[in-house]
Amino acid sequence: MFDVLGVPPQVLFGQLLLGLINGSFYALLSLGLAVIFGMLNVINFAHGALYMIGAFVAWLLLNKLGLGYWWALGLSPLVVAAVGVVLEKTMLSRLYKLDHLYGLLLTFGLALIFEGAFRHLYGVSGQPYPIPDLLKGGQNLGFMFLPNYRGWVVVASLVVCLGTWFAIERTRLGAYLRAATENPVLVQAFGINVPVMITATYGFGVALAGLAGVLAAPIYQVSPLMGTNLIIVVFAVVVIGGMGSILGAILTGLGLGLLEGLTKVFYPEASNIVVFVVMAIVLLIKPAGLFGRER
Amino acid sequence: MPDAVMTKSNTAQGAGSAMLEVRDLHGFYGESHVLHGVSLDVRQGEVVTLLGRNGAGKTSTMRAIMGIMGKRTGSITFQGQQLIGMAQHKIPRLGIGYVPEERGIFSSLSVDENLTLPPVVKPGGMTVPQIYELFPNLQGRGSTQGTRLSGGEQQMLAIGRILRTGANLILLDEPTEGLAPVIIEQIGVAVRALKQRGFTIVLVEQNFRFAATIADRHYVMEEGHVVDMIPNDQLAQNMDKLHTYLGV
Repeated sequence: MFDVLGVPPQVLFGQLLLGLINGSFYALLSLGLAVIFGMLNVINFAHGALYMIGAFVAWLLLNKLGLGYWWALGLSPLVVAAVGVVLEKTMLSRLYKLDHLYGLLLTFGLALIFEGAFRHLYGVSGQPYPIPDLLKGGQNLGFMFLPNYRGWVVVASLVVCLGTWFAIERTRLGAYLRAATENPVLVQAFGINVPVMITATYGFGVALAGLAGVLAAPIYQVSPLMGTNLIIVVFAVVVIGGMGSILGAILTGLGLGLLEGLTKVFYPEASNIVVFVVMAIVLLIKPAGLFGRER
Repeated sequence: MPDAVMTKSNTAQGAGSAMLEVRDLHGFYGESHVLHGVSLDVRQGEVVTLLGRNGAGKTSTMRAIMGIMGKRTGSITFQGQQLIGMAQHKIPRLGIGYVPEERGIFSSLSVDENLTLPPVVKPGGMTVPQIYELFPNLQGRGSTQGTRLSGGEQQMLAIGRILRTGANLILLDEPTEGLAPVIIEQIGVAVRALKQRGFTIVLVEQNFRFAATIADRHYVMEEGHVVDMIPNDQLAQNMDKLHTYLGV
């Protein structure tokens, strides 16, 4: 095998895969944020905490109830969605008439409370979560070794992202959602119960975060801080992709994950800031984001 | 004055049988009090206009009927059901269709999606081919982005999408605003066709000439309430009065 710019292909592809994995999580999380922002005009700072809760629910299901990964994959997003519905109904829905900033402050406060509570209960050291038996092992692709679980994460999140995109852009329910994002008053005047749609949208958006949490559990450790570490980058992804743009969130998430991976290969020192450098450049050139429309 | 006598008796006995009955309606946007005791009746199958200068409360009356207003007092009944206090999304489900002044075509939806967006609330609505027949301009534009249509086509789409729902009372807010005479003509033909199909229509119009060609009665509004009602067949006799009201 020959080297690329002095980098052995195993290293290059290894880092690209890592970037793709990170990108999958960026995409899933920023997609949820984009859906929520489009409909509620709320910047959901609690997203990282709900991702963490998704992972913890999976861990609790396994350790308290003996329910494994595949159960968690279905149940955990439902639990997180239920938490989201309660939050929206009891708190967020009271803020829609106020400035966006109030929604941001509320969700930021909620994130601190959730993370504090889990830190209090489980400490900051991470809890291990085993890879399910079905996805143990890996494939030798010749140019690199692909662990099965990592391949699964990329495929699963791609399928969920594209499914969400399809549901929003190509179905009747999605048409309601897009219309209500644009002009909720008129959609209500057609006889559609918009407040219920808003609650359901928030529930769905945070369920995506919960799902990402379950997918992440076997890769990263299940820790109260796992959301905080990720969410800052995810917000940068949303800003780069364009607030509220569905496709933008998906493509930017994956693209920036790959870019981070590449940076780790060629200039590791910059790998932690490359996303923010891109954000600064995009904001200078196209303030609405790569896929965003000016409002 | 046989006409006047007849209209009076109609109104008197029609009070109970009116499809839409508005009594002493007061409406507020936040702190500002915009409707000051509006009263009017619309009977089944009628075309009724609301005339008046800008800010007289015509659009606000429509928004109050649809529940798009912070606070309403008084009474609005549609086929005997009280609309004040009813959940906003239930009002259209009774069979009331609303075509707002700004048309409300969604830019993130195609023409087809715009057309089929409002849910069917009652049986007996028009089919999509029938709507195309009424508005041939919309045919073959299905995949176009809604807001790429011309102003007149957007107006046709805004009316067309309500016809699918089976709503039998249609609130049309200034359908001719900003349109070329030839398009206004087309909209007029369509509204007359709708009347023949038995739709009941409340029309807000600045274009009084247009209103006179289709309406049965005209309510004149000033400063948030109804100041006069003129049947269309007595329009000629009341021209002077109307000119004073409208300030034209």
